[in-house]
Amino acid sequence: MTTKELTEKGKPKKERENLLEVKNLKTYYPIHGGFFKRVVGNVKAVDDISFSIKKGETMGLVGESGCGKSTTGRTILRLIKPTGGQILFDGEDITKISGSKLRKARQDFQMVFQDPYASLNPMQMVGDIISEPIKNFERRDKKELEQYVKSLLLRVGLPETAYYKYAHEFSGGQRQRIGIARALALNPKLIIADEPVSALDVSVQSQVLNLLKDLQKEFDLTYLFIAHDLSVVKHMSDTIGVMYLGNLVEVASNKDLYSEPLHPYTQALISAIPEPDPKLRKERIVLQGDVPSPANPPTGCPFHTRCPMAQEICSQEKPPLKEVRPGHHVACVLY
Amino acid sequence: MTSKSNTPAQTPLLEVRNLQTGFKIDKQYYNAVEGVSFTVDRKQIVGIVGESGCGKSVMSLSIMHLLPKGIGKVRDGEILFEGTDIVGYNEKKMNNIRGKDISMIFQEPMTSLNPVFTIGYQIAEVLLNHQDISKNEARAKAVTLLKNVGIPRADQIVDEYPHQLSGGMRQRVMIAMAIACQPKLLIADEPTTALDVTVQAQILDLLKNIQEVNDMSIMLITHDLGVVAEICDVVLVMYAGKIVERATVEDLFENPQHPYTQLLMEAIPKMEEEKERLATIEGLVPSVKDMPAVGCRFANRCPKAMPECMQITPLLEDTKGGHEVACLLYEESWPKEERVGAR
Repeated sequence: MTTKELTEKGKPKKERENLLEVKNLKTYYPIHGGFFKRVVGNVKAVDDISFSIKKGETMGLVGESGCGKSTTGRTILRLIKPTGGQILFDGEDITKISGSKLRKARQDFQMVFQDPYASLNPMQMVGDIISEPIKNFERRDKKELEQYVKSLLLRVGLPETAYYKYAHEFSGGQRQRIGIARALALNPKLIIADEPVSALDVSVQSQVLNLLKDLQKEFDLTYLFIAHDLSVVKHMSDTIGVMYLGNLVEVASNKDLYSEPLHPYTQALISAIPEPDPKLRKERIVLQGDVPSPANPPTGCPFHTRCPMAQEICSQEKPPLKEVRPGHHVACVLY
Repeated sequence: MTSKSNTPAQTPLLEVRNLQTGFKIDKQYYNAVEGVSFTVDRKQIVGIVGESGCGKSVMSLSIMHLLPKGIGKVRDGEILFEGTDIVGYNEKKMNNIRGKDISMIFQEPMTSLNPVFTIGYQIAEVLLNHQDISKNEARAKAVTLLKNVGIPRADQIVDEYPHQLSGGMRQRVMIAMAIACQPKLLIADEPTTALDVTVQAQILDLLKNIQEVNDMSIMLITHDLGVVAEICDVVLVMYAGKIVERATVEDLFENPQHPYTQLLMEAIPKMEEEKERLATIEGLVPSVKDMPAVGCRFANRCPKAMPECMQITPLLEDTKGGHEVACLLYEESWPKEERVGAR
């Protein structure tokens, strides 16, 4: 890293303003039942979470399957309507807008999906896949558009000839690059990457991670990086949020979270990762049982049923997320 | 070569010699596994790592005779189980071995259980096939097995259906089924890939416990080097249908020798170190159809490749103290007549 990059990355970042602010966001999925298919309950996929991402930074969201991390991402993109709360994007609450206003706002946030096989239309040429978002928003000269798409292809590490090919002609890693080019097409400010590398082999995974990092620097992108793999999230993120059963249980800077995890769930999660070093075969905190169903979450702290340090109070009161050290938030009665 | 005279304690549990498994594409066979030899000793956990398409699953399916009929075929080589070659075994003979001596667990616990039968029925089926016991005894045994793999309320779960269980629980049921007849060898094909890390830790602990209690050997197929470091004794690294490196787990992680293994290890983000960029391996694994006939199969992606790498097929030879590697960089460990100068 050169000194110039250091000053760019190091100091002014602290003063950067929030690009995205999520306040008390709730997304419930209704459960229908009974004779008239009435709503008989709710799956609280995202239950009152708040966080913010500064411009040009990466926020990582980790958690086990079913903890609501994907729902969070999709709600922020307004692909799912939130049940409550606010999503402030560049200061504007996007939960309130709809129709053409929402359409216009959507130019600024794009998504990279998990499954590079399912997220590309097999009937469309790669060039058409990438230029489609542009055609939705502006009229451009055909030749000029083709040139632009080809430059995008080159930027994500694909040959220009990829323009005329179809998705099935590419490997998983190359398809993920196409997905990234499509997300970049409209020059967005925020990219939500939902498990972008979990379907890829390690050697290809590292290529895609490097590419995402390079693009962030080049285009000053802000990422919300959703993944279940803690080591990948650590590599990518500035701040990390740990989710459990629709709740954020800990939010901290990358360094603090891994050097000093405070929440018992985060501790268990970190200790469960198998380290690629046989000398580090460690005593793991092995959690008992499975994640409870979000349709019928436990009372009090959502984690108390599996928590090795649970006390009586944990089953009665849900601890709020509070700042226990500068920049380190945790939701646990221990602190 | 079959040496039945040896006592079972001396012959390795499983010995694979020069295995070649091919798939028929347009009326022609292409080898997905090309001349692989290895052994699995008793009570040993052997890890097989490699990226998708390197032939690790095909190898395990070859051992179990589960290759798709008419498409996949073992074309050459021997698979010696306790000293007896099982390549030529017919379906009936294999049925006696499968589930009893060798059993297998798969990656997807959702799709490998039958949705229309209860869990108890599916476990009892294995027992009834291989042991002379009554239905009631089998059911009682199924409950005990479920308890042994750590399933709570085993006496109720035994009457439930697979869809009523979570992914981790289903994988436990699969393991209960696989160990029902106390097999000598368990082939686990990506057993924890579909599971969350906390559940993965539970399953790895369970596999290790069972292995110790039952004196079983495990052949663990995975792409996750972390899992390998956690439980394996010996590791085989595969690339494009061949073994490129074989070593004890300590040796491999301390001193990876093949450039492919080295890159693989540098490509994973690690928890304890900060790195701005990760190592990458450029290019792709060549498809089975246009695999180079001679030369190292990794040469076109290898940062250390030399012009000779394209012409000389590297031998898998011992470099020091049982650490074997197939790479021209370690040519001095090859037998004299095979070295480049001798050609």
